[in-house]
Amino acid sequence: MRLTDIIRLTRAHLAAGDEIEGREIKNGFSSDLMSDVLTLDTEHMLLITGLANIQLIRTAEMADIEVVLLARNKKATPDMIELAKETGLVIIETPYSIFRASGILYENGLEPVY
Amino acid sequence: MKLAFDIESGDFASAGKASSQIKQVLKQLQVDPKTIKRIVVAVYEAEVNVVAHSVGGTLTANITESEIVVVVVDRGPGIVNIELAMKAGFSTASKEVREMGFGAGMGLPNIKKNTDDLKIESRVGEGTTLTFRNAF
Repeated sequence: MRLTDIIRLTRAHLAAGDEIEGREIKNGFSSDLMSDVLTLDTEHMLLITGLANIQLIRTAEMADIEVVLLARNKKATPDMIELAKETGLVIIETPYSIFRASGILYENGLEPVY
Repeated sequence: MKLAFDIESGDFASAGKASSQIKQVLKQLQVDPKTIKRIVVAVYEAEVNVVAHSVGGTLTANITESEIVVVVVDRGPGIVNIELAMKAGFSTASKEVREMGFGAGMGLPNIKKNTDDLKIESRVGEGTTLTFRNAF
C-alpha cells in the first residue's frame, strides 16, 4: 500500500520524515508493547501504536520499522521527531483509534504480520 | 574494534544509544541487514534490562571481521532465579517500566532467540553478566 494512501485513509498528519511520494508499505502491526514489536521478523512495515515516547523511536530503529502511526491524537514530542529524523523514520499522527486505523488499512489491503 | 558504553539505571531517554552506535558500525562493515537486526535487537533488549532492572552497568562490544561479542555487566541486584527469568512471560518489572512498553517478560528469551550463544551469570547482591555472540 502506498504511504500517501495510508496517510489519506487515516486522515493522518505527517510529523516527521520526507520523501513520502512513491513509498510502499506491505505489512502492518498494531501494538503498545515494544517487547512484542522487538520479536517480529518482518521489516519495513507500519507500526500502529498508542505509545508516544522516545523508546518507540528506538524500537522502530532496531526493528527496521519504516513508519509509525500514532493513534488517537497522540503527538510526537520534539525529541521523538529529532531522533526520527536522525534514524530516517516516518512518524504520522491520526485522530482515529488503533482499532479504527487498523480496520481501515486492513480493509484497503495492508497485510498483517500474523 | 572495541566499543564501550556506560548505562545508567532508570535513564530510559538514553537506552538505545549503544545499540544505535553498534548498528551504524555494523552497517559500515556491510554486515547482512538481517544479521544486524538480530544483533541490535539483542543489544537493545540488554540495554533496556540494565536501565529497567539494575543499579547501572556497562556494555562492551568487540567487533572483528567475522563476529561480534557483547558483554553486559551490571552492578546488581542480581537475578534470583535465572531459569525463571528466561521463561517467557515472567517479569519483575515495575509499573513505570511497563508503561514504557516493556516489562512483559520477553527480553531475555528474545536475546536468546537473536544470538548464536548466550551466557548469563548472576549473583544476588553482586550483579549480572550477560555475554553473547553473533557470527556475521
